[in-house]
Amino acid sequence: MKIIVCIKQVPDTTEIKINPATGTLIREGVPSIMNPDDKGGLEMALELKEKHNAHITVLTMGPPQADSILREAMSMGADRAILLTDKRFAGADTLATSHALAGALRKLDFDLIITGRQAIDGDTAQVGPQIAEHLGLPQVTYLRDLSFDGNKTFTLTRETEEGYQLLEADAPCLVTVLASARKARYMRVRGIVEAYSRDVEIWGFEQIEVNEEFLGLKGSPTQVKKAFAKDMKSPGSVYEAEPEEAVGIIISKLKEKFII
Amino acid sequence: MNKESYTGVYVFIEQREGQIQMVSLELLGKARQLADTLNQKVVAVLAGFHVSEHALSLIHCGADHIVVADAPELEHYTTEPYAQTLARVIDLYKPSILLIGATTIGRDLGPRLSARCQTGLTADCTRLEIGDDSHLLMTRPAFGGNLMATIVCREHRPQMATVRPGVMRRCDPDEKRTGKIDKITIPFNHSKFGVRLIKTVKESKGKTDITQARILISGGRGVGSAEGFEKLKELAKVLKAEVSASRALVDAGITDHNHQVGQTGKTVRPDLYLACGISGAIQHLAGMEESDFIVAINKDKGAPIFQVADVGIVGDVNRIIPLLTERMKR
Repeated sequence: MKIIVCIKQVPDTTEIKINPATGTLIREGVPSIMNPDDKGGLEMALELKEKHNAHITVLTMGPPQADSILREAMSMGADRAILLTDKRFAGADTLATSHALAGALRKLDFDLIITGRQAIDGDTAQVGPQIAEHLGLPQVTYLRDLSFDGNKTFTLTRETEEGYQLLEADAPCLVTVLASARKARYMRVRGIVEAYSRDVEIWGFEQIEVNEEFLGLKGSPTQVKKAFAKDMKSPGSVYEAEPEEAVGIIISKLKEKFII
Repeated sequence: MNKESYTGVYVFIEQREGQIQMVSLELLGKARQLADTLNQKVVAVLAGFHVSEHALSLIHCGADHIVVADAPELEHYTTEPYAQTLARVIDLYKPSILLIGATTIGRDLGPRLSARCQTGLTADCTRLEIGDDSHLLMTRPAFGGNLMATIVCREHRPQMATVRPGVMRRCDPDEKRTGKIDKITIPFNHSKFGVRLIKTVKESKGKTDITQARILISGGRGVGSAEGFEKLKELAKVLKAEVSASRALVDAGITDHNHQVGQTGKTVRPDLYLACGISGAIQHLAGMEESDFIVAINKDKGAPIFQVADVGIVGDVNRIIPLLTERMKR
């Protein structure tokens, strides 16, 4: 079995701060990490490698420094790594990103494509299903669990608001995985050493055969018109009070607002 | 693309087991406002099996026109039959705007459809309005709620957006409203379906829906323990409220993800949000700051939650809450 796991390098958004004077992100010193949902997906692939002797390729699109998450994935057990990087991919929205990734995937053999459900810097959950559409593959999103019958059929547990759906799909298909689906293993020390002695393949525009009008800023139907720090509403009153008094304040305010 | 031939504000009506989901009615409310601004029609797209009876209630909730696709293939949601249905509707009717609930269904269907139609989709919008040039302005949180971004889709149609449950307000149903109902037949390509549904399982966690609660008593790290969270539940019972939590309590295993408020949880806007021992990380604020009235109790005077609270109490939540419960019982 051949598996391709699409991963993304993201800023750790829990560490981001806003510069209050300018309303812009302070990016300095924010660590870059492998997106958590993607890591859950990679772990799922590694499990299939152990059970079914799968071969795992990790694929990312990003700037050259995204190399580090590919090395991390190899040190966890991925067999092959491809970095898709080109100035012509820059400024892409989800649709243009999915066209570039689908272009790379068309050049590869696979039975299963795994992506994370969503990336923590955008939270859109769009690129996975968009890739599936371009490749004409069945998709199952919000994956909590997956098993393979050893022949061609996957049994998939898809999380919903009320519980889950149990689904079946035949290879080849695309799934998007939740971080909570699997607790990712740590990098092996020997794996880290090996990962840095191996090659990450660099692919660009020339390798993927996708019409340039579908890529990058030009290929993006959506554009950011403006970005801004949230205007915080003006704070109300803050009281430092003993519990008895505090309860009195709360009750009178709620009555004032007809909430109770 | 001839953009002028695309007109109308369309809403994908999500149903589960024949029940119209609240988020779809909320979207109809928003669609009504947008359509009135544009002087266009609101169209509800209802897909399912034996669901036609709901068409009238959608007209009462703001739709001018209902497109119904009723077929056994659409009884339970799977991606491809629904994608074929919506792609067909877009083909036939040419909507200018299409709104979809940001649920596990809408966030599966939306991107598949946007790729099929080669158009833009903006996820989890918190604000939708019509710009000066008649484009839809779609505002959403970015970078884990640290920034807001306004997105436009200028050259492609439909302009597609998903919106989380609880973000928009539904209209009050008006039984005097009238509208037209179209039934359409979808020429399904079954060979493309690909995914087989074996079963749908409900877990007990689905019993409460914090996005629909009028009052939320929400606990954070300052609550400290499962016992502390029980105290919030007692108060919730007295106030006929629901309990929710920040990520800290979910990570600690004190409650489950279904009760989590915030960027990675749910967006809520109750009449009253009582934040107990929640410091107010930006990811949390992103999920609750639109609440009508916010009361926060926290030990730390400098906690960011006080920046969004209408009433802030600097104090020990574990002493104040039991007292409040006692007083409310009287």
